[in-house]
Amino acid sequence: MTLEEILFYIFAFGGIASALLVVTRRNPIIAAIYIIINFFCLAGIYLTLHAQFIAVVQILVYAGAIMVLFVFVIMLLNLGDERSLRDGFSWKKVVAGGFGLGVLMELIYIFMIPSGTQTIEMTRATDIGTVEAIGRVLFTQFLFPFEVTSLLLTAAIVGAIVLAKKNLD
Amino acid sequence: MVPLQLYLILSAMMFIIGAVGVVTRRNAIIVFMSIELMLNSVNLTFVAFSAFLGDATGQVFVFFVMTVAAAEAAVGLAIVIALFRRKQTVNLDEINIMKW
Repeated sequence: MTLEEILFYIFAFGGIASALLVVTRRNPIIAAIYIIINFFCLAGIYLTLHAQFIAVVQILVYAGAIMVLFVFVIMLLNLGDERSLRDGFSWKKVVAGGFGLGVLMELIYIFMIPSGTQTIEMTRATDIGTVEAIGRVLFTQFLFPFEVTSLLLTAAIVGAIVLAKKNLD
Repeated sequence: MVPLQLYLILSAMMFIIGAVGVVTRRNAIIVFMSIELMLNSVNLTFVAFSAFLGDATGQVFVFFVMTVAAAEAAVGLAIVIALFRRKQTVNLDEINIMKW
């Protein structure tokens, strides 16, 4: 087993376990901590795929910026001890879990079908995930979507401020 | 060399976990976190195919998905704050004013 495979299995196990803990913990702040662990595991998996830029952005944007926003809102609303959210056993959960497991089995079965003559081989192009390569594609081929993104972020900032304002009239 | 199928299966498992979380949980903030899990699993599929096909387009798309996720988190959490200010709860079962 190579180092890449060992790292993949460690990060994959960590990612699945932390994802399961996110959807089962009752306290939202503990779920937020576990989802940060999940983001770090995903960044490690991106590194095994030679996607350095995406791995760094994953940690900076997701584990840094977005989760700070989540933790800030949880602490602002002081949700630690809400009794009304204590949801116990219900048949809805069993049905949802059963459906999820069924869809998962179906997906795994589809992925395991041999693809016939056309097999995808990793091209060993280890330099497509670097900042230089991504930047070159982003600022030439995808320049217009990149500029539209700034418009989206501006609209989101204005919308968030308007929605969260105290006296909305 | 880890085969592509394992990356796809890992992504599918994380997506299903997130989807079941969205359906079963009643805390609005944890539902948001489950949506982030689903977005991340789709990102993993993009990056896996991008690396295995030797094409950078998938990774550029992940970049755009991340900006949309950031915008979605900001607006969604603002909605949660506004709802909490009005109803003093984030329980999605009690937010049913538009239910027919």
